[in-house]
Amino acid sequence: MKRKIFGVLRRLGFLVLVVWTVVSLVTLLIELVPGDPAMAVLGDQATAEQLAQFRVKHGLDRPPFFFGIPADESGHRHFRWYGLNNRYSDYWRAILHGDLGTSFRTERPVFELITERYPATIELALAAMFIAVCIAIPLGVVAGKNRGKWTDNALSVVALIGISLPSFVIGPMLVYVFAVKLGWLAPSGRFAWSDIILPAFTLGAALSAILTRMVRSSVIEELGEPYVRTARAKGLSERTVVYKHVLKNGLIPVVTVLGLQLGVLLAGAIITEKIFGWPGLGLLLVEDGIAKRDYSVVQGCVLAISTTYIIANTLTDVVYRWLDPRIRVS
Amino acid sequence: MSRLGIIGIVIVAAFVLVALLAPFIATHDVGATDLLLRYAPPSGAHWFGTDSTGRDIFSRVVFGARISLEVGIVVVVVSAFFGTIVGAIAGYYGGWVDRFMSGYIFNVFLAFPGLLLAIALVAFLGAGLNKLIFALCIIGWVGYARLIRAQVLKVREYDFVNAARALGAGDLRILTVHILPNAIQPLIVQASLGMAGAVLSEASLSFLGLGVPPPAPSWGVMIEEARDLSTLQAAPHALIFPGLAIALTVLAFNFIGDGLREYLDPRQRRR
Repeated sequence: MKRKIFGVLRRLGFLVLVVWTVVSLVTLLIELVPGDPAMAVLGDQATAEQLAQFRVKHGLDRPPFFFGIPADESGHRHFRWYGLNNRYSDYWRAILHGDLGTSFRTERPVFELITERYPATIELALAAMFIAVCIAIPLGVVAGKNRGKWTDNALSVVALIGISLPSFVIGPMLVYVFAVKLGWLAPSGRFAWSDIILPAFTLGAALSAILTRMVRSSVIEELGEPYVRTARAKGLSERTVVYKHVLKNGLIPVVTVLGLQLGVLLAGAIITEKIFGWPGLGLLLVEDGIAKRDYSVVQGCVLAISTTYIIANTLTDVVYRWLDPRIRVS
Repeated sequence: MSRLGIIGIVIVAAFVLVALLAPFIATHDVGATDLLLRYAPPSGAHWFGTDSTGRDIFSRVVFGARISLEVGIVVVVVSAFFGTIVGAIAGYYGGWVDRFMSGYIFNVFLAFPGLLLAIALVAFLGAGLNKLIFALCIIGWVGYARLIRAQVLKVREYDFVNAARALGAGDLRILTVHILPNAIQPLIVQASLGMAGAVLSEASLSFLGLGVPPPAPSWGVMIEEARDLSTLQAAPHALIFPGLAIALTVLAFNFIGDGLREYLDPRQRRR
């Protein structure tokens, strides 16, 4: 028991350390901007006064970190200690108050922009996951049951094609077929309920291919277990054996992959949202953040997506341990 | 090797040839526009048709192979190199070195999902081929490091390593002469899948406007230019051919990776 608590505490400690590092890296990203960020945002038309005002407003006039090695007039670099009056500690103080700064362009709080867009991204990711599961389970079971036969081989090739086709190829092709040619669905936007179908399918395609492969190998592995022989010996139909017994055990690793893939979907959503003009975090990042050089929005989005990813991974790990007692013991 | 693996090798070889011989294969100048000929369907003069400014799609796809393969090779070689060094150190020394590397550093890099870190880096650094390669290496090396660490952890317990140590070999010699050659096999599989990943990432970032700037014939840029509704309506081929090129390249490297994995792991070999 004591060891168990210690183990949990150590994992928590590492988690906090990782989150702290990730947030620190993201806050310091603005240092990578070549030249002057204020100039990059306002353009070369801006007067010196405007630039100075902008810098003061967004804290860019202050040192970025606790210390630095700035160059003096003669070009020599010296180590300088700035103390607590720096942007890095400001950023942390603000984050702990739920403040992610204000947008460089619209002057709106970044936290507000993110909470506005967040639901759309989660909605898209969950819908993609749902579609992927609906495709993967039947296909994976069929492939696994017919291991080595032509159905299995054909499904393997289809799955590999699914993994290889990038979303920015699938997406516009779906738009071409269902919006341009058939006119059944809207090419972009988020107005009618049906607007989610194309983006969710685009985002879920690769995942469904990965899951199909997982379900297949999982089914193959479970079919070799003794309990399957017992179930068959009891005279249960093959259907019951596969769907009630094999799938139940075989889905445990799939659950893990699903959890880990949630983060991948969130990142993949950046491209899918751009294709379909889906107003989520990805579109905020690409169109309002990167395209307009609104660095505070970029930082906020990167932070929101990666934190969600870390939380999803941790939860997955917990659920996995809970589902499979063998891991708890070892 | 499996049939699919061999198909993969053939496709990749074809793409490498196309990339090397691009100036001789391309039928038109990749930048030459001809507004009278915009949206032309595939024909004898323009095998893959033309795009919204009348540029020859075939020639652009051919030159696009250069960008894709260049990025793929550089990214895989650089990330595999640094990943191997870091992974080997973590796995060989173990203890707190390993706990720091694999428990902390690896996890920090793995805490960013998929392309996000690369997107963030390029967003702040500015777009461009070199910056894109740099960003992809930053997200790429961890995979190799984890793999090599696990391998080295396993191999360092073998008797021949102890024998080498008993003979007085130094850490560097044990690591490079005895451990790494026996640990490197899965790296080949990973590198092949890594090529697929790098080609895909390059196209993704270029598609988002974060890679090679537009006039260059990157496949990702071509797709981005072909996906607005009017182009889609008038010239779906402008989307289909570069899309096919990406899918084929990625598929081929995945085939090779899967084939190699089966080939190198006798338990998985069917025959």
